[in-house]
Amino acid sequence: MRKLQFHPCGNFHENYNQELTIFETDFGRVSLWVGLLFVFVAIPELLKIILPTSSTYFLYVLNMTGIAAIAAIGLNLLMGFTGQISLGHGAFFGVGAYSAAILATRIHFPFLISVPAAGVLTALAGMVFGIPSGRLKHLYLTIATLAGQFIIEYVLVHWESLTQGTMGIILPTATIFGFELSSDARFYVVIYGCLVIMAWFAVNIVRTRYGRAFIAIRDNDRAAEGMGIPLFRYKLLAFAISSFYAGIAGGLWAYYMISITPEPFNLFLSIEYIAMVIIGGLGNVAGSIYGAVFITLLNEALRWATETMMNIGTLSGIAITIAPLREFFFGLAIVLFILFEPKGLAEVWRIVRSSFRLWPFSY
Amino acid sequence: MEFFFQLLITGIAIGFLYALSALGFVMIFKSSSVLNFAHGELLAIGAFIFLVLISWAQLPIAIAFLVTLVGTFALGFVIERLFLRPLIGEALIEVIMLTVGLAAMFKGLMLFIWGGNLYTYPNFLPKGLSFTIGGITIPPVYSAAIIIGLLFLLLFGLFFKYSSQGIYMRSVADNQPAALSLGVHVRRVFALSWAIAALVAGMSGIVLGIINGINVHELSAIGLKVFPVVILGGLDSIGGAIIGGIIIGLVETFVSGYITPSIADVVSYIILVFILMVKPYGLFGLVEIERV
Repeated sequence: MRKLQFHPCGNFHENYNQELTIFETDFGRVSLWVGLLFVFVAIPELLKIILPTSSTYFLYVLNMTGIAAIAAIGLNLLMGFTGQISLGHGAFFGVGAYSAAILATRIHFPFLISVPAAGVLTALAGMVFGIPSGRLKHLYLTIATLAGQFIIEYVLVHWESLTQGTMGIILPTATIFGFELSSDARFYVVIYGCLVIMAWFAVNIVRTRYGRAFIAIRDNDRAAEGMGIPLFRYKLLAFAISSFYAGIAGGLWAYYMISITPEPFNLFLSIEYIAMVIIGGLGNVAGSIYGAVFITLLNEALRWATETMMNIGTLSGIAITIAPLREFFFGLAIVLFILFEPKGLAEVWRIVRSSFRLWPFSY
Repeated sequence: MEFFFQLLITGIAIGFLYALSALGFVMIFKSSSVLNFAHGELLAIGAFIFLVLISWAQLPIAIAFLVTLVGTFALGFVIERLFLRPLIGEALIEVIMLTVGLAAMFKGLMLFIWGGNLYTYPNFLPKGLSFTIGGITIPPVYSAAIIIGLLFLLLFGLFFKYSSQGIYMRSVADNQPAALSLGVHVRRVFALSWAIAALVAGMSGIVLGIINGINVHELSAIGLKVFPVVILGGLDSIGGAIIGGIIIGLVETFVSGYITPSIADVVSYIILVFILMVKPYGLFGLVEIERV
């Protein structure tokens, strides 16, 4: 058996491969497995024991977090690693949801095919709106994605023969090999399975030549081009991968929600995803998951606050007026994180960890 | 034919409104290269301050207008001091995201205070502003929009061209370190440009409020409508903002008049994507010679 490694007291990397390792110590690897075991086995059981009455609600929150995390990881690949700001991620999420819904209802694709197919279709849509990146840099590109957001929203509402407009689409129950995903608990396993695979893929793609090219483009596009990276191709690839994530997340969301309408996929959703990425930490895959958890919990906490106030009769008037404060708190969270911790929760977590590690001899 | 001219007049008036809204945006971009996503919210704040002053505080129009201008000027100053200044020298993505966050913050706050209702100003424009040319009546709000628009566009054109502060702003936008080393007070330029931009935004918010009524959602949507306008005209060109505004205004009115109103909202974004692909620096924008 291999010797378990612990953190050395400094950076003793001797070659590039050591620099690239995901787990610096075996402790990290072990804790990942323990964490996965906890997520897949312990949480569903624990919820049943601790909160027998409201376990479906908590599973619902967890599922929403998982879906948001998948989309946020995709956006992080584009924003954090390739440095291209996208204000259209919410619309791509919608494209994914609608592709899955249309494939499932019109062509009767099974769940296992229609969700990846939704991802691929969304990747194509993302590439269409990534084409301007061939000529445009950061701020111009941001505006192009903003236009993409509005155009996609319009198409979702007005292409009624395909999307049924504001009527929405009702999806069939998802089945995997004849096994019906009829409960939140079953969806939980599927969503978190997807999340693990997608996160694994994202962590690994940034270690390959593609990921290095993305990072080079982010850091200095002219230098990257000078080093022989075809910018347009890689930017387009980044758009495609990012939209693929959004598409998968959207497809899962559509099946999970059962019925979908175009309303949720607005600019605010895009901003929500950006908030996740920024709050979690740009250029950090784990950070996107923290960000998704943070935003979803913030959302649910604000909703819970308004609902409890609604139920207290005298306060229901206040509850209606404080509902828009949700948007305010999102904005506030983005602003505060940019001003005070631009590297996000991932950096906070790293600082906390290293201060524990170095205690009591921090230097 | 009368319908055509009616649309033409409406289109030009709306175009001037867009141009006026775009002005503050161009102002910030010209001096600090910041893309302000909170511009629509600034419009709405100006409109609401004016509303509060004239309908609740019952101030006379002229005083209310002046107080609004001073208030928005101060607001722009505060925004720059609190949020933008710490980010001077930071990456572009952070500055853009900050304005997106600010937009969400302001919008949430305004929805909290005023809700999503539609408010209207009491009618105060003089009837004499209404023109009739060849059987087509121009309502006073439209002529007011055109007059205010022209006035301010002229004012700012001259400001940037001849005044020392305007030249400082242009120099800072062009090359920040060079301007700094030549003795331009860069921080003051940033503060001033945000303050002036907020002022212009507040004023165009008032004019928009007179025409369409005041609604948080609609006014902040106009802040995003500014993007096609400025991209079409060129991000850093005042003249471009006018031409772009008028073109977008005309296209929108004609599309909603002759084709269908529902596509009018999105047609400007379709134009936007097209322009970005064909001529990204717009009609009058400064072409940065840089291949990427």
